Amino acid sequence: MITPVILLSKDNMTVLREQDVVPFRNRVKEYAIKIRMGLVNQTKLITAASELARNMLKYANGGIVSIETIARGRESGIRLTFKDEGPGIADVNLALKDGFSTGKSLGLGLPGARRLASEFEINSEIGKGTKVMIIKWANG
Amino acid sequence: MDKIPILRMGRFLLVTIQVDLYDKLALDLEADLIKMVGKTNARGILIDISAVNIVDSFMGRIISNIGAMAKLVDAETVVVGMQPAVAITLVELGLPLRGVYTALNVEKGMDLLKSKVLREEETDPDDDYAGDSSV
Repeated sequence: MITPVILLSKDNMTVLREQDVVPFRNRVKEYAIKIRMGLVNQTKLITAASELARNMLKYANGGIVSIETIARGRESGIRLTFKDEGPGIADVNLALKDGFSTGKSLGLGLPGARRLASEFEINSEIGKGTKVMIIKWANG
Repeated sequence: MDKIPILRMGRFLLVTIQVDLYDKLALDLEADLIKMVGKTNARGILIDISAVNIVDSFMGRIISNIGAMAKLVDAETVVVGMQPAVAITLVELGLPLRGVYTALNVEKGMDLLKSKVLREEETDPDDDYAGDSSV
């Protein structure tokens, strides 16, 4: 049986410029502290969030992130959903490989964020945009 | 305009990062440091990141770049004071900090720099700075 996920709070933030990344990270941190997430998990979550926000800026000129506090059974966590209306990713599996990048970066953003998160989901449609969802459980 | 101060200490440059680096600030630091190495003939750079909570792939790349550029102008780079949570995250992210040495704290980092630079000077009698050690 799958335990349903309960939404406890929801906040939206737009990330349109490079200067928005630091305030966005701070907001994520506030929510993570509220659910008493440990320091290591906090750092992993915020680093993943930073990678995904940067990707969104670089490839899609920014987008919207929703920051949600969720619960599943006794566990609480943070769910971040990054939505952009950029060009989309042609080959998602390739983009999830370490070291692959169409930009001039190390190609660690997506695969790194996937490793740092507890759960990871990506949907992308060419010409329409990309949606990336990550969950970090407070104790996961 | 924010700027990260670069302190000169003998033949070394000292940088303490105490704010969250946004991209422009990090890129400025990279450029400033390399200019400063050229201007002061510095042989080593020590970067203290003990107050940094997040090192993502962008910042990791900046640190590696600084190390690589410094190397080209004959200076070594040591990164000190990485928080344990940051170290754990960096490994999971898969980010190698290439081109820089690391040390636990400023004191050990300084010792490391001194040993690197001094050893070079001992083994290379033609080094321009070999005679400066008494100054």
